[in-house]
Amino acid sequence: MIANLWHYGLVVVLMMTGLYIVIAKRNYVKKMMGLAIFQTSVIMLYVTMGKVTGGTPPIFVQNDDGTLTEGIVYSNPLPMVLMLTAIVVGVATMAVGLALVVRIKEAYGTVEDDLVTELNREDEARRHLSAAAQPIKESKS
Amino acid sequence: MEEAITIALFALLLVMAMVIGRERNLFSAAMLTGIFSLISAGLFTALDAVDVAFTEAAVGAGISTVLILATLALTDHHEAHDRLHPSKVNWKAVGVVTLTGVALLYGTVDMPAFGVADAPIHEGVAKHYIDHSFEEIGIPNVVTAVLASYRGYDTFGELGVIFVAGLGVALLLGAGAPSITSEHPHLPQKSRAPYVREMPVVRVVTKALLPFILLFALYVQAHGDFGPGGGFQAGVIFAAGLVLYGLVWGPTALERFARHRIVERATAIGLLLYGGVGVATMAVGGNFLEYGVLTPEHPQHGQHYGIFLVELGVGITVSAVMLVIYYVFAARNVSPTRSSAPVTLPPPPMSEDAS
Repeated sequence: MIANLWHYGLVVVLMMTGLYIVIAKRNYVKKMMGLAIFQTSVIMLYVTMGKVTGGTPPIFVQNDDGTLTEGIVYSNPLPMVLMLTAIVVGVATMAVGLALVVRIKEAYGTVEDDLVTELNREDEARRHLSAAAQPIKESKS
Repeated sequence: MEEAITIALFALLLVMAMVIGRERNLFSAAMLTGIFSLISAGLFTALDAVDVAFTEAAVGAGISTVLILATLALTDHHEAHDRLHPSKVNWKAVGVVTLTGVALLYGTVDMPAFGVADAPIHEGVAKHYIDHSFEEIGIPNVVTAVLASYRGYDTFGELGVIFVAGLGVALLLGAGAPSITSEHPHLPQKSRAPYVREMPVVRVVTKALLPFILLFALYVQAHGDFGPGGGFQAGVIFAAGLVLYGLVWGPTALERFARHRIVERATAIGLLLYGGVGVATMAVGGNFLEYGVLTPEHPQHGQHYGIFLVELGVGITVSAVMLVIYYVFAARNVSPTRSSAPVTLPPPPMSEDAS
């Protein structure tokens, strides 16, 4: 029983490799690459479920007179349709993610997650300082 | 034999994913993601999903690699060393990933074995598609029949997502940057294009291949009913061919052929064509996207016309969105407004045991 499930196991390992890159890597472009690996693995999980042993791609085999050849096993077309569109939507959304990365680079000068967090924290601290300094200035004048 | 191929491809994918994770040179990592997509396309073919493989090869090895490279041109080529976690392995992340992985593996134990024909996923609509789609729709490729006819609503929504994503990229990066037009002749000098243009091999091969790439895209567009292919694949391949031209001769040269403004409008035209077919079927008296009513005496012909028009809409929007995304990234690359002041932070405080 377990012997026939190793496809799913391999897909899960691949998926987790992508997830590790998303979590552990600090570079935003690297994170997007990890997300792409994760997405491909999810697509692979769906496609794996649709495969039938001994099947052919779901394109009808026709006889010479245009009728369908009987007795041919086809793999499941439904997961393929869903995943086909998911790939193209995936690249479009990835473009949005990369566009955000470019904007982050322009705003912060870096695309490293820890540096961006630190800059945000510094910014926050500076705002607190200036807010605290405000009433003193007013009382002086 | 089939199992051996599958295992070998899986092993290659795993190695590739790990190398992508370790590689600090992001340029190399971007190239490896292209190879990763190509190998996964091979795996999809082994799993009988030829349409998915086609799309993955065109998208992953073509467009998304170009997108990552365009992003790298605007950001950093190298991943910085992690100052807070100098050790190579992030054990917290390993813990999270292991827990998630074990939970997912536990979930797969109850799944039907790989490849069995009586699994629940093959019942219901999937069985109906295989048994009846040839007499109902009349085209050999079941994937196209499901994509454009049975699940036409779904595909319409997906196309809308692609349109909105293209719009989002244009809004995020297009504003403030000069658009690449022939009225800005000073732009191409700043880009990297001249260096590539000087390479004779690249020039000759690109010029020789380009007509065939575009012709192949049109073939895939028109032939999606009978073999693997359709609007999504054709749109991506067409855009990839044009982007290749833009990469070698510079975006301004490409703009002379495919005007930015026209391409921008084409993103909406494809979506409107798709929706328009649905409205037309309603006007004739059927439901939204019920192509059979277009030719009442022979519903299969109506299905053929409807699927052709809908796939054309998909192809136009997908290729136009990919081109718009390429244009805004390329325009950003030569934009003078971009500030690239390096950020320097003080070194991290020494830990107590180190001092």
